[in-house]
Amino acid sequence: MWADAATLKDTMPTAFEPETAALPKLTNEEIARYSRHLILPEVGMEGQQKLKAAKVLCVGTGGLGAPLALYLTAAGVGTIGLVDFDIVDESNLQRQIIHSQSTVGKLKVDSAEITLKGLNKNTNIIKHNTMLTSANALEIFKDYDVIADGTDNFQTRYLVNDACVLTGKPNAYGSIFRFEGQASVFATEDGPCYRCLYPEPPPPGLVPSCAEGGVLGILPGLVGVIQATEVIKLILGIGEPLIGRLLLVDALAMSFRTMKLRKNPECPMCGTHEIKELIDYDQFCGIPKPTEAGPLEVSSHGSTPDLPIVDGIPQMSVEQLKARMDSNTAPFILDVREPHEYQIVDIGAPLIPVGDLPNQLHRLTFPKTTEIVVHCKSGARSQRAALFLKEQGYTNVSNLSGGILAWADRIDKSLPKY
Amino acid sequence: MQIHIPTPLRAYTDKQETVSVSGSTVSEGLAALVAAHPAMQQHLYTPEGKLRSFVNLYLNDDDVRYLPAKEETAVTPTDELTIIPSIAGGSAATGCCR
Repeated sequence: MWADAATLKDTMPTAFEPETAALPKLTNEEIARYSRHLILPEVGMEGQQKLKAAKVLCVGTGGLGAPLALYLTAAGVGTIGLVDFDIVDESNLQRQIIHSQSTVGKLKVDSAEITLKGLNKNTNIIKHNTMLTSANALEIFKDYDVIADGTDNFQTRYLVNDACVLTGKPNAYGSIFRFEGQASVFATEDGPCYRCLYPEPPPPGLVPSCAEGGVLGILPGLVGVIQATEVIKLILGIGEPLIGRLLLVDALAMSFRTMKLRKNPECPMCGTHEIKELIDYDQFCGIPKPTEAGPLEVSSHGSTPDLPIVDGIPQMSVEQLKARMDSNTAPFILDVREPHEYQIVDIGAPLIPVGDLPNQLHRLTFPKTTEIVVHCKSGARSQRAALFLKEQGYTNVSNLSGGILAWADRIDKSLPKY
Repeated sequence: MQIHIPTPLRAYTDKQETVSVSGSTVSEGLAALVAAHPAMQQHLYTPEGKLRSFVNLYLNDDDVRYLPAKEETAVTPTDELTIIPSIAGGSAATGCCR
C-alpha cells in the first residue's frame, strides 16, 4: 500500500513545485486560520507553506476568475495577480461574485482587491489593470508560477496558451458557454497545450457567441472552482491534475466526463516549437483590429466600431436614426435578436432572429431597393444580418451601430438594458 | 451509435442533446447525422467537405484523430461519439453577455 502510494507520487506529473528549502514560515495567526488544511496530511504544514510561497495569475476577474480568485485567496495562496481592464457593471453581478453592488462602476481589479483583502488580509494582491496583449503577456507571466485562464474570447485563449508554453508555466484552463463547461491543465512540460486540442480558432461568427447564447450564472462558479482545485493541486503536487484530460461539464444533465487529450507532436507551439514568439492573435482569429481605444471585448465579440462603413455596410448611429424618425423619414427597421430578448425590450421594430433570416425573407414584402436599418443588442449580429441581406440583393441596408443598448443609453433612457 | 451534441450546436438538432444514428463507421454516422439535420453540415464541414479543424470528435473517450483508422473507425450501436466545439466564454465581463 505505502509503496504503491509512494510510487504513484514519484511518477505523478507534478507540473510545478516550489523549492522546499526557501518556504516561508507560517505565523501563529496563519496556523489557526489554515488549521483544516494543516490537519490534512496531503496538505499539512509544508503544503500550506507551498501555498504561501505560490504566485498565481488570474487572467480575467469575471465569471471564472471570481470564484477562482476567492478560493485561492481563502486557501492561502500567498500572491494573486489579477489581469482585467474592465469596470464592474450591474449585469456582471449575476455571476461575478467577487464584485458587488457597492463596487459597480469601479475598476474590476480594484473591486476584486477589496473583496479578496476582506477575505484574507495576508494575501498579496497584484493588480494588472490592463488588457493582456502580445506586448505585455510574457513580462506579466514571468513573475508567476501558475496561470489560470478565465478569459472570454479566442484571441486571449491562444495568447494565454502561447505565453504559457513560451514561459513554461502551467495553464489551469476553464471555459463556459450556456450550460456547458470545459476544464483542463495545459502547457505543462509533457502535457498537451490548447493548440493540441484546437489547432485553429473557429472563423468569427460560426460559433455562436455568448451574446447570442447567454450563460447560466452558476456555471462559471462550478468551472472556476474546478480551475482553483487544479491550481491548488499543481502547487501542492498532489492528486492527478487534468493534464492530458479534458473535463466536459454539462450543468443541465449534471454530467461530468473526461476525454483523453494527447500532446500533438506536430503542434507548432509545444510540439515542433516552430512558433518562437507571440503573434498577432486578432489576425490569427480573423478579427479586425480595434479601430479605436476601448475594451477589447467589444471588438472581440464582433461589435462594430462607430464608423461610417464596415465591410460595405453603412453604420447608422442611434442619433441619426432618431432624427430620421422625428422627421418621418425613418427607414424600415428590422430587429434580428432572439424572441426572449424581444420580451425584455424592443423599439417597435418587427423581429426576425438572425438565424431565421434565410427562411423568413418572404416576410420582407417590399422592393429590394427599400432602405433597411438592422438592429440587435449591440450591433454585431445585425452587422451579420445586414451582410446577408446585401448578399441577397438588398441594396440599401445599414446597421444600427451599438444596437438597442446604444438606443437605451443615448435616446430613450427609460428602456432597460440587459 | 449515439452522437452527443454540444450546447452551441443543439440549435441545429431540434435541441436534442443526443442523436441516435445508424452507420458502421464514424464517418457514416456523421453522414447520417447531417442527413437528418442538414443545418449541421456547415458547422461540421468546410465547403470542400472536410471536417472543420476546430471541431473535435471523440469516440467514447478517444480523439478520433489519433485512432488508427480515424473517421473510418468501425462503430457499434453502443459506441458514443462526442462533438467537442471550441468555446471561449469565461470572463463574461462586458463580453459574454453584451
